[in-house]
Amino acid sequence: MEMMETKKGQGGRELLKIEALSKSFGKKKALCDVNLSLEKGRIVGLLGPNGSGKTTLIKLINGLLRPDTGSIQIEGYAPGPETKAMISYLPDRVYTADWMRVKDLLKLFSDFYKDFRSERAKEMLRSLGISEKDRIRPMSKGTREKVQLVMVMSRDARLYLLDEPIGGVDPAARDFILRTILTNYSPDSTVLISTHLISDIEKTLDEVIFLKEGRVVLKDGVDHLRETEGKSLDTLFRDMFSVLPEENILEAKDVF
Amino acid sequence: MKWNIDESLPIWPQLYSRLSAGIAARRFPPGSRLPSVRELAADAGVNPNTMQRALTELEMKGLIVTNRTAGRNVCMDQMIINAVRQEEAERKIGNMLKSMEELGYRDEEIRRMIEDVLQDRRGEEG
Repeated sequence: MEMMETKKGQGGRELLKIEALSKSFGKKKALCDVNLSLEKGRIVGLLGPNGSGKTTLIKLINGLLRPDTGSIQIEGYAPGPETKAMISYLPDRVYTADWMRVKDLLKLFSDFYKDFRSERAKEMLRSLGISEKDRIRPMSKGTREKVQLVMVMSRDARLYLLDEPIGGVDPAARDFILRTILTNYSPDSTVLISTHLISDIEKTLDEVIFLKEGRVVLKDGVDHLRETEGKSLDTLFRDMFSVLPEENILEAKDVF
Repeated sequence: MKWNIDESLPIWPQLYSRLSAGIAARRFPPGSRLPSVRELAADAGVNPNTMQRALTELEMKGLIVTNRTAGRNVCMDQMIINAVRQEEAERKIGNMLKSMEELGYRDEEIRRMIEDVLQDRRGEEG
C-alpha cells in the first residue's frame, strides 16, 4: 500500500513537466507562460470557464498542437511517438464512426494500442448492458460518451487526458464515468480531467489547476484548499471567476 | 454504506469518521476483512489517495491492521473498538449539545428534556 502514498520530493514521481509554455492562435493568446508539474498516482482537475485554454493545454500535451515557446515533458519525453504510447486521450467530442459496431471499436483499439486491455473493456461494456454486436449509430450521445470512456480507460496508460468527460451526460452516466475513473485508478499513472462542472467531480480529485485567460491562477491539493478556504471547490471557483467580461458571464450562466 | 460527504469541508476526516463509526457499530465486525482502497473509494465516490489517508489514520489509532498479504482487517481488540465507540458517542452528544445551546437551552433544561423524550419513547414502546 505504500505505493499509493505519494512521496514528496522524490524525483521519480514526476510524470508531467511543463515549463514556460505559450500558445497563440493568430492574435489571440490561448496559453501564456504556463508552468506545471504533475506527479504519478494523482487525479487532477483542470478547471476553468469556457475559453480559458483547457482544451488547448490538453492538445499540446497530447502533441496535437505545437507550442509557440516553452517545453512539455512526459516521463522525460517531448510529445512524439514515445508519448503517444503513454497517453490515453478522450477528446471533447464524439469521434466514433457511425458505421461501426462495438466489436469494430474493440478491434481498432487492440490494433492501435499495445496497452489496450480488451477483457477490461468487455467487462465494463457488459456492466453497461452494451453488447459487442451493438451498432454505434443508434446510440444516444450519453451512451457514446460512456463507450468512448470505457475504451480510453481500458488502456494501461501513464497519463489519461480526459477533455470534458462529463459534459452533457445525465447523472447516472456521470456516476458511471466517475466510478470508472476511480476503479481504474493506478498509483503509477495520472488522470487529468478538464471540466467546468466542478461540483460533479470535486470529490474524486487530489488536486486542482485553475486556468483563467490562459494562465494558471491556482494549483493546490483539494483538501488543503477546503481547509484554508473553508468552502467547496465549486464555491471557490464561482468566487474566483465572478468578475468576468460580460459575454463570459452569459456563458457561465448557461453552464451552471 | 451512506457516506454523506460535505464538500465544503476537508474530505479525509469525514471518511475517517464514517469508517470508525462503521467499525464501532459493528457494520465492519471485529477481525473482518475491509474492502480495498479502490473499492472503498469507488463506493464513496472519492479520490483513492483521500481514502488512503483516512485508512492510515484508522491504522494509527489501531482500529485496522494492515497485513502485507491479507489486506486490511478490522482489529480484534474490543477495548480499542469500545474506546472509539465511546469517542464517537461523545462527539455526537457534543454536537447535539452545541445545537441545543444555539437554540438557547441551558444545561438543566437540556437534561430535563432528554429525560422527558426518553420517557416518552419508553411509553411508546411499552
